[in-house]
Parts: sequence; structure tokens; C-alpha cells
Amino acid sequence: MEHGPAAKLEKDNASALKTKLGVKLFFVYAIIYAGFVFINTLSPSTMEIKVFAGLNLAVLYGFGLIVLAIVMGTIYNWVCTGYEDRMNKPENNKDEGEGS
Amino acid sequence: MIYEASPIAVTLFMFFVALVLGISFYFARKTKSAAGYFAAGGTIHWAVNGIAFAGDYLSAASFLGICGMIAFYGYDGFLYSIGYLSGWVVALFVVAEPMKRMGKYTFTDALDSKFNSKGIQLVAAISTLVVSMCYLIPQMVGAGALVTPLLGLPHWVGVTMVGAIVIFIVATAGMTSTTYVQFLKGGLLIIFSTLLTFYLMSNGLNLKPKEDYHEFKTLEAVVDNGTVSGVLDGYVVKDQKKIKDTTFVSLEKDNIKTWWRLKGTKLEETVSIENMANGEKLYNGEPKDKGTFFAVGHASKVIVNGKEVERSGSLGPITFLTTIEQSEIVRFTKTSFKQNDSKVSVWYQNVTSGAKIMRPGLKFPLDEESTFMQKLNFISLMLALFFGTAALPHILIRYYTVPSQKDARKSTIVAIAAIGFFYILTLYMGLGAMVNGVLDVESSNMSAPLLAKFFGVGLFSIISAIAFATVLGTVSGLIVAASGAVAHDLMDKFFAIKMTDRQKVKAGKTAAVVVGVIAILLGIMFKGTNVSFLVGWAFAVAASANLPAIIMLLFWKKTTAKGITYSILVGMISALAIIIVSPSMFDKYGFDPLTAPFGLDNPGIISIPLSFITLVIVSLLTQKDNAKLESQKEATA
Repeated sequence: MEHGPAAKLEKDNASALKTKLGVKLFFVYAIIYAGFVFINTLSPSTMEIKVFAGLNLAVLYGFGLIVLAIVMGTIYNWVCTGYEDRMNKPENNKDEGEGS
Repeated sequence: MIYEASPIAVTLFMFFVALVLGISFYFARKTKSAAGYFAAGGTIHWAVNGIAFAGDYLSAASFLGICGMIAFYGYDGFLYSIGYLSGWVVALFVVAEPMKRMGKYTFTDALDSKFNSKGIQLVAAISTLVVSMCYLIPQMVGAGALVTPLLGLPHWVGVTMVGAIVIFIVATAGMTSTTYVQFLKGGLLIIFSTLLTFYLMSNGLNLKPKEDYHEFKTLEAVVDNGTVSGVLDGYVVKDQKKIKDTTFVSLEKDNIKTWWRLKGTKLEETVSIENMANGEKLYNGEPKDKGTFFAVGHASKVIVNGKEVERSGSLGPITFLTTIEQSEIVRFTKTSFKQNDSKVSVWYQNVTSGAKIMRPGLKFPLDEESTFMQKLNFISLMLALFFGTAALPHILIRYYTVPSQKDARKSTIVAIAAIGFFYILTLYMGLGAMVNGVLDVESSNMSAPLLAKFFGVGLFSIISAIAFATVLGTVSGLIVAASGAVAHDLMDKFFAIKMTDRQKVKAGKTAAVVVGVIAILLGIMFKGTNVSFLVGWAFAVAASANLPAIIMLLFWKKTTAKGITYSILVGMISALAIIIVSPSMFDKYGFDPLTAPFGLDNPGIISIPLSFITLVIVSLLTQKDNAKLESQKEATA
């Protein structure tokens, strides 16, 4: 069977930790997104409330979801890079095969 | 509207096409292997891949469809931007790295990495083809909509041109040329959309958006029991039609018949198209070439800091939005009816408060009087947008073009930042089109390019050429995904046809030509439908067919090959079935949407859980398969 990536991958010891972190962050974002959908569905007039600098909740929540995705993504990358630097040092991969 | 080709537009368009073809020629010489053709050899830099992701993802649906929907319905169009962007969170946190780790060229590789199952190979390839086709249709429709004003050519010519160019891009250098075309267009789209937004805010809001903007007339009428019996100013009453609570009146003056809306004792001018029984089509009572079918969209009240003004002057990013929220905008609402063997479409003035425009409700009925089904429809759409991105085959294959998992992750973050920034701009561009007298009521898809035209033919030409490149970039990605499904998943894996590396590339190129031709035909058939609406369906099918399989394979050890196979089948078929019998499709077939057997337009809320449940039940029933697989692995170890 010829499966496996087009480019050769190094062994990744941080894979499990990164997955755990990814799932946690996913749930945090999903809850905030669900909140947005439910306010729109159940009480759309709430979205008219002015929250900041004359902007209403609809605009701020919408922009907030976009900005939050960028911020959480950056944090995730920063933490994951830290895991990889710590756990994928050459001595940690001694006697290990390729792939994970 | 009547569109005339401008020499600058034609020159710029030709330049873009030449550039794209040049890129394809350049990389064609380097693309000899299957890894090079399907995955650009896994050598693309993460930053380039990130912007190429944006170029791939920011399709006609994002630029043309969302801006158009915001221009006609306000904030509701922006909900698509939010949903599309949020979906990237699923891609980054859950899917990106495992997909990179498990796959080779296609999404099917990743799903099948553990099992080597014929069932998975077949249904995942079919699902890739179905999702790619659902996504291709709106892109081709967008291409046709663009070419009309840009080059003055008919819709079908635009669709055929895009199809031909894209087939050339993909058939020459596959994923490598596709990546650089997407990178180029993604970068340019973001830069020039920012420029357009800057112009828009500098211009502010004006009661009369431009000097030659049409002045809508209001006439005093004599009304008896809701029927108009006379009008002044030389108009003669010819016909009347009552639609629910609104009366439309046809008046004749100088042998030209126009439609008016009765409001109290006043008649308000509308925009109309009349399809006569003899095949003639009249725009505001005259043939199209008379040029009386004007662009619309303006503010009826501009309020800045509580004061009513004629011009707001230059505005900032926040004050642009707050000024619209305080002001009153005239939208144009469509209604259609039959009158004396003619089919009449009327767009009447609908004065809407800015507060209503800046909150949900104009497109998706969500207020107290809305039905349970309407609310469910909205939740279903937002669910599909959230879970659809991470299941789109043409997005997933981009994870195979970078060297490592780390690069896959980093390129996803670049993509989120670029796409997120662009989506914020869509709100400004859409609202700008709404108030600057540029809207073509026949095609919401043209709102953003026509807004650019408001600021000069130069900007219009650049924006239109970039929008055209946008279609090229996305369609190329989709055709690479579809050709991979045919040549790699079906021919190589499922049918086990013995092919050399060179033959695999040839098979991929042939598949690209066939898929391209089918896309051209479908693009011509679906002319006039809002492209973002159609992409919503592609997301629903992807989220229903593919995502449950990806998620469960990653996080549930009991997942079996049969579980994945049946879950893809059930997700795909149920999503498509709900779409086929949906009210929107009934409308498209020419039937009354209220007679549709199922009230949902967006299938996600039913089909996604159904696909998950199928996977769990079938997997639990076929646990023996996994045990057999384990023992085989142990025996070969």
C-alpha cells in the first residue's frame, strides 16, 4: 500500500499533547460560536443592543469571533512549537523509526 | 443592466490571463511525477501555502456572493463570513496535523490510511467528486456574472472561458501552478479590497450617491377602495395587481408602461422587468438597449451624531458602521406575478432602518413571528458552515503540499489571518454597495465589482480582473481535487489499474479535462443564482459526508472501514436528498416552494448527526473487521 505523506515526515513525539490542546481550544471556540448562533436564533433583537463605541452586539460578536480565531490560532501555534522544540530534540528520537 | 466593455478592463483582463498561463507554462516543465502533479511535491513554503489557502478559499462565493448578499440584505450576508471563517478553527485545531500525517495526495488516502478498504476508496472518491461539483457550480456562475460587465460578453461565454483557462492551468502543471495562481490572486484580492474599503470610507454616506443617480418619482393618485382610478402628470392607469397587502399599478405615458407601488394615496416608482408573451423583454417598459434600467440603492436619511445631513463626509471604520446604523436605507425588494400573459418582476422601494440592516433578520426570518422551521434552517446553515470547511477536499489536499505537520499548522494560521481580515472587509464592501447607487437588481453577485466602478473604471477593471482570477484559483483547486479522486483514488487504488508515474499524471490531466467540461455545462445551467447560497449547500454536503468520518477516525478507536463507508454514503445521500426536495429547489423547478415536502433548505442539522450515528452503529456491528486487521498487522510485523 502506498499510503503516507508526499514529503517524508520526522517522528513527532509532541503529537498527543498537541491533539489534546487542539481539542480543548476547539471546544472553547465552539461554545462561543454556539452562543452567537443561539442569541441570533432565540433573541435576534438582543443583537441590536449597543455595546461599545456605538457598535451593536451583532457587529462586535461577529468581528470578535473572527479576531478570536486568529488570536487562538496564534497561541496554539506558539504552545505547539514549544512542545515540539522540547520533545523532538534529536536525542529523543534516537532508536525510533520514522513516522508517528 | 447594460454593460459596456472598457479598453482598460479588457487590457487588464488579458494581462491577468497571460500571467496565469505563463505561470502554468513555467511549472509544466517541472511537473513530471505524480507527487509533483497532485501535491506539488510537498515542497511549498508555509507562508506561500497560507496565502494560497486564502486564494483557494476566498472564492466567488466570498467576494461576489457575500458582498452581494450584504448589499441586498445587510448583516445576514455577513453571517456567511462569520460561519466560513469559524470553520477554519475546526481545520486548525482538529484536522490539519493528522491529515498531513496520514495522507499522501488526497483526502481518501487519509481516511483509508489505516484500513486499505475498497469501500472507503470508492465512496470517499465519489464524495470528493460530489462536493467538488457542488462547489464548482457557483464558481462558474460567478465567472459568467463577471465577464458580462468586464468584457461585455454573454454569461455562457464567461463560463466557457473560465473552464477553458482552468483546464489549461490544471492540465499543464497540476498543484504547483494552481498553488502559485492561488497565492497571486489571494494576495491581490486582499490588497485591492482594502483599497476599495478605504475609498468607501473616505466617500462616506450621501443622500444622492452620484450626479446621474436616478430620481425616483412619487405621484399623487385618486384611490377608491384600494383601487387607483386616476393619476395626474399625464399618466394613464393601465393595469392593477394586488399581491398580499400591496397594490402595484401599471401606468402609461408617452407609450411607455411602468410599474408603480401604491402607498396610501401615493404611487412610488419601481424598477421592473416584463417578460411578454411574444418573447419580448421590457426593462422599465422599454427594450434593454434604451438604457433605462438604472442601478439602485441609496440612503433616504443620513444621520450623523443624531443630526440629519445630506453628506456625512469622510468616515472611519467604526463611524461608517454606526452612521449606517443610525440612518435609513432604501432597499429594493423583489416580487413577481403574472399579468395578461406577461410575467412581471417588480423591485419596489423598501425603506429600512439602519438598525434593522445591522442585525440579523432581513434574509433569515428569526423574529418572534418566524416559524420553528425557519429558525431550524438558520441553525442548520450555521452548523454546516462551521463544520464544512474542514471537510472540503480541495482545502484538505493543500495540507499535502507543505513539507511537515508544523508547516501545515503555520500555513493554516496565515490562512485564518488573511481570510479573517478579508471577511471583515466584506461587511464594508457590501454595505457600501447598498448605499452608493450601484446595485443591479438582476444580479446581486455583481455588487462588489460595481461598487469599484463607482470609484472609477481603473479600480473596477482591477477588481473585476482579480475577481476573475479568484474564480480561476478556486476552480483550479477544485479540479485538482476532483482529478485526484478519479485518477488516484478510483483508477489507481480502487480499480488497481497498473500505471507508471507518468501514466498517473496523464490520467489526472484527462480527468481534469472531463470534470472541467461538466463544470462548464452546469455553470451555464445555474445562471443567476446567488453564489454564496449555492456554496452553503457544498458545505452542507461536505460536513455531512466527510467530517464525521474524519473526526471519528481520529478520536474513536472502534471506528471500522465499513463504519466510515456507510457514514459517508448516508451523510452524502441524506444531504443531497434534503436539498433536492427543499423549498428553494422547488422554486427553481417552477413549483410553489410551500408545496415542498420538507421545509428545510439547509440539510446539515439532520444529515450531520445521521452520518455520525450511522458510523457508530455500523462500526459497533463490525468490530470483528478491526480485530482481523490487527491480527493481519501482527502477522506481517
